[in-house]
This record gives sequence, structure tokens and C-alpha cells, in this order.
Amino acid sequence: MGEFNTNFILGCSAIGAGLAVIAGIGPGVGQGIAAGHAAAAVGRNPGAKSDVTSTMLLGQAVAETTGLYGLLIAMLLLFVKPLVP
Amino acid sequence: MGQGVLLTAGAADIDFMVHGVFSYELFGQTVWITTTHVCVLIVMLVIIGFCIAANRAVKHASDVPGTFQNIAEMVVEMLDNMIGGVMGRFSPKFRNYIGTIFIFILLSNISGLFGLRPPTADYGVTLALGLMTFTLIHFNKFKHKKVKGVVAELCDPWPFWAPINIIGWVAVPISLSLRLFANVLSGTVMLALVYGLLAKFAIVWPAALHVYFDLFSGAIQTYVFCMLTMTYIADACTTE
Repeated sequence: MGEFNTNFILGCSAIGAGLAVIAGIGPGVGQGIAAGHAAAAVGRNPGAKSDVTSTMLLGQAVAETTGLYGLLIAMLLLFVKPLVP
Repeated sequence: MGQGVLLTAGAADIDFMVHGVFSYELFGQTVWITTTHVCVLIVMLVIIGFCIAANRAVKHASDVPGTFQNIAEMVVEMLDNMIGGVMGRFSPKFRNYIGTIFIFILLSNISGLFGLRPPTADYGVTLALGLMTFTLIHFNKFKHKKVKGVVAELCDPWPFWAPINIIGWVAVPISLSLRLFANVLSGTVMLALVYGLLAKFAIVWPAALHVYFDLFSGAIQTYVFCMLTMTYIADACTTE
């Protein structure tokens, strides 16, 4: 019984980890939008290219956080195994 | 089948965890010295060596600066400009702190390039950095706005909103430290997977991954950490 339970929980943890990294969709869309607007800004005002680029990178790095939280949950489920008794 | 063999062949070699080096007993608790401590020590020694060399170069400064004096001056000038641009009139007080954590985090993130496990890929290190920022924010808040101003900020829209504001304050160091930690950890895991699973094919091309995960991502995250720290502290110092 114990072995089946452990394996079952491990399998469910793996599925949960897979579901958790779906969180990567959000930052992907957000970073794409930021990059698109930055490209438009550079097109309108090519002189401000370096300012626009650094602002874009800062915003993208902050927007990436939510996706990384998903990654963190996946890593916890796979390697720390908090649910296995 | 072939792919299965390819992907499982090196599964035992995947290694990105923190390892204990040796343990000792302290007040009845077992305390471990881990690879993180060793890597932090190496990074610190490199920084201290650079500082001693820079100190010597500046003491014997010449009118026409040599290569090393030039580099040291450039680093200090760059950091001063960055901090002055964000914090304005508060910058002289926080130059030392921000410059120190900037160089430490940058070297920690880059150390993956030299075969160390980046110290910032351990939550213990980044949480300590986040808590230092947290302490600085609130110390300066109480210093500049006095208790009355802090209480007024706590009860910002309405008094019963205070618990939500407190959660917002506590979330700052957690999100700061988790952002840095997860970014560096994701790079470490990715490279460990490449070296562990594709060991036979990882000849030259992982260099490109190193450039992205260690250099680019590490530098951006260092900049973001310092930028957010500066913004929060400047915000705490500002009184209307």
C-alpha cells in the first residue's frame, strides 16, 4: 500500500509540475507586448533607442517574475517532494 | 527507444543541488557548511583582492592613469552615475551599500561561468539580501517620516486596510529575493540538464547558453535588484 501511494503521489506531483509551468504563457505574452511597444517607440524616435531598450529590459525582467514563480513550484514538486509522506 | 536511451543515459549525472561539505555540532544542532558557503567565500576573496589592488593603484595614482587605475575609476564612476540618476539627493548616503551589493550580485551571477555553483542560486543568500533591503526601507521610513507618517501610510485609504498594507510591505523582500533566486536557479538547472543529459554532444555550443544565462540574465537581474532597492529606499526617504 505504501509503495503504491508514494508512486501515485509522485506521478501526481509530476503532473502538477507540468501544470505549474503553464504559468510561462503570461510572461511570454507580456514580454512580447513590451518588446512590440518598444519597437514602435524606437520607430517613432530612433534617437531614444538606448533609453527605450534599457527601460524595456527592466520591465521585462520584472514581468518575468510570475513565470518564475510557476517554475519554482514545479521545481519544489519535482525535487523537494513536499507531498510524499 | 534511441531517444529514451539518449535522455536517460546521463540521468545520474544531473547535478544542480547544494551539497554539504562538512557538518559540525552547534548548541545541539547539526550545522552544514555547504558549497554555497565555499562559493560565497571565493567570490568575496576575488572582490577583496580587487579592492586591495584598486586601493594600491589609487594611492599611487598618476596623472596619466594606467590600465588598472582606469578600470577601477570607470567602475566607481559608472556605479555613482547609476545611483545618482535614480536616487537624486539621497544618493551620497546609499552609494556604498548599493555599489557593494551590485558588485557582489554581479560576480555571484557570473561565477557560474567559472564552474562554481552561483551563490545566488541558493535561497539563503538572496533572502539575506532581500531582508537587508527590507530593513533599510523601514529604517529610513521611520527616520524620515517619523512614526506619525508611517501610521498614516499604514492606514492609507481606510484604517481597516492596514493588514493588506502590511502584507504588501512583507511581499517586497520576498518577491525581490525570489525573483533573483529563480532566475539564477533556472539558468543553473538548464545548464546542468544540458551537461548531464547531452554530455556527449555538449562540445562548444553550450558557450552560447552560458552567455545568455550567466552573463546577460545575470547582469539584467543584478540591475533589476539594485534598481528596485534604490526605488524603494528613495520612496521611503521622500516626505511630501
